[in-house]
Amino acid sequence: MLKISTAPHMNSPQDTRSIMRDVVIALMPALVAAVLIFGLNALTVVLTAVAACVAFEYLTCRYLLKSTPTTGNLSAVVTGLLLAYNLPSNMPIWMILIGSFVAIVIGKMAFGGIGKNVFNPALVGRVFLFISFPVQMTSWPKPDFLNFLNTDVETGATTLGILKHIDAESSATKLVGGLENLPDYGQMFLGYTGGCLGEVSALALLLGFAYLLWRRVIGWHIPFYYISTVFLITGIMWLNGSNIQVEPITQILSGGLLLGAIFMATDYATTPMSRKGQIVFAIGCGILTVIIRRWSVYPEGVSFAILIMNAFVPLIDYFTIPRVFGTGRK
Amino acid sequence: MAKNHPIKSSLTNMILALVIVCALSALILGYVQQITAAPIKAVKDNMELKAISEIIPEEFDNNPFAERTYITTSHKKKLMMYPVRRNGKIIALAIKSYTNKGFGGKMEIMVGFTLDGNISGYKLIDHKETPGLGTKVAEKSFADQFKGLNPSKVNFKVNKDGGDIDAVTAATISSRAVIDAIQRAYDAYSNFSAGL
Amino acid sequence: MSSQTIQNLTRGIIRENPTFVMLLGMCPTLGVTTSAANGLGMGLATLFVLILSNSAISLVKNFIPSMVRIPCYIVIIASFVTVVELLMAAYLPELHAQLGIFIPLIVVNCIILGRAEAFAAKNNMFQSVLDAIGMGLGFTIGLTSLGIVREILGSYSVFGWSFAGEEAYPMLLFIMPPGAFIALAGLIILVNKLRGVK
Repeated sequence: MLKISTAPHMNSPQDTRSIMRDVVIALMPALVAAVLIFGLNALTVVLTAVAACVAFEYLTCRYLLKSTPTTGNLSAVVTGLLLAYNLPSNMPIWMILIGSFVAIVIGKMAFGGIGKNVFNPALVGRVFLFISFPVQMTSWPKPDFLNFLNTDVETGATTLGILKHIDAESSATKLVGGLENLPDYGQMFLGYTGGCLGEVSALALLLGFAYLLWRRVIGWHIPFYYISTVFLITGIMWLNGSNIQVEPITQILSGGLLLGAIFMATDYATTPMSRKGQIVFAIGCGILTVIIRRWSVYPEGVSFAILIMNAFVPLIDYFTIPRVFGTGRK
Repeated sequence: MAKNHPIKSSLTNMILALVIVCALSALILGYVQQITAAPIKAVKDNMELKAISEIIPEEFDNNPFAERTYITTSHKKKLMMYPVRRNGKIIALAIKSYTNKGFGGKMEIMVGFTLDGNISGYKLIDHKETPGLGTKVAEKSFADQFKGLNPSKVNFKVNKDGGDIDAVTAATISSRAVIDAIQRAYDAYSNFSAGL
Repeated sequence: MSSQTIQNLTRGIIRENPTFVMLLGMCPTLGVTTSAANGLGMGLATLFVLILSNSAISLVKNFIPSMVRIPCYIVIIASFVTVVELLMAAYLPELHAQLGIFIPLIVVNCIILGRAEAFAAKNNMFQSVLDAIGMGLGFTIGLTSLGIVREILGSYSVFGWSFAGEEAYPMLLFIMPPGAFIALAGLIILVNKLRGVK
């Protein structure tokens, strides 16, 4: 394929399409896990989101920007997958369509398309849906292993949801219907717990992470520093006593932390360029995640944390970009 | 603009201009304030009076607003209390309570109690809850379950916390806030009625 | 009427619309337009103040030394805003409670001082009133249309008249602050398209 691209003109087998293909492959284990846990509903949500994202990107390019559609580079597929992974599996179809529209048209194309967007499009879509439709976005179906047709799905709280509600209680009733409802590590690791469809299985997400590392699509720095920051801060709070309700390992396995750290905080366009900058970015995400989880009214803070740090990326880049050798600081 | 202006600025004419403009506007403001003072006061009184008549179903013949007085909770918090009388006898109390636990921070709410300690109703006076979501705590579907309830006789918490009150879906925080405010009012009520 | 007179009247409505073209007075524009009625109320309050201040300033412009003209204009504008606020508190208490802090903030709305300085201070009273009506209407149209869009999307109703059932789920984001920015951006795109701006 003949390509005209901007500098640097490096000769590498990697291009946007191959990178995105690797990300899609890395996301597949989580999809399998989601279908096993939540049934075919999960597949419907994923397919709707992907199809809608691709369609919106194609239509925007073709009729609004009047340029060659960029759908071929698969980035819309990745956005669709990530958006779907951040939704509960019983999300109504029309809401998924709205989320995809916001993600692609407002979150990405309005900024000029791939590489120019400031915020992670999938997260823009998710946060839009989360604020607009809090009822649907916070009633997660209970896991129901291998019950593909989802007969009689119940909805229940997520691990973090349970924690938040214990938190709001006075200490005397802290344990009533609270902590013993928490899933154990094994359940959380495999994903047998309530939550957004792609975030529940730590095992599947870690498989994807390993694949991305092996293909050298992402570095280990952002996920590592992000997760360790959360681990450290919640660990200190945990050791300090009553500041937080559960130990750090549950904090890491629950909610969207792994999904966010591995797949969304590592998006090329919306994270800093230099290694130093990426570490600052990751630590910032970690601190914000803990703050939002612990002190805000929302149980989960990963998506907000990453979006907020996205906004700081130009600033981080400004301070951490390596100077050209021999030139001084301005 | 400054060019070809008819008047050259000098200390005297600047002071004069400012004084005249300020005096004129003070005159206008004073006049408007005078004619609107009475209607504004009526509106304010009316709002609380209207809230009281909405939450106290029985007929009453006094002006609870004129008889308002402070009562204290067991935590020494002062709340405004409006005694509701018929033929000179107190038949119910309206208490203006508050909570800081709303989704949007502070929430003010007028709670009515009959003399047996049952809630006769409540009305949100001031709040910053999310429109269309947290504001549902003001709607009948949520508010009606409080009518005739005695906070000390039921498990006065939302169902998510193991209590008897059905929270508004996805607005648990706002629902908890209402309960918190009513609890505070009830606290003051039982303090007050112990000495009645 | 001469064409200049007509232009003074119509300029503010589309060509120099304060909300969509000049992007003036963004604070009330984004802050109060959670519903069509609020947008309309705020727009009319501003229109009223604008007519009063423009006519007063065009009357006194020749008696005010240029070095103290801004303080004088501000005192005049602030007085009219306070008059509007008092009247509204007395006779439209519901609207007054909804608009809250944004009423006193009309004083610092740059449309008002902007028109005073750019138009009323140079033209006679008749033209200044026309200009105020045009600009005020433009502002009212801007706020009302933004309010309509946000109310439709955010609460499935128009001017309080709901067109969806109890169990409908509107996009709450649109009656929250971020929705104001998104809706305003959408409307500006539309207006630019209509005006033929590339």
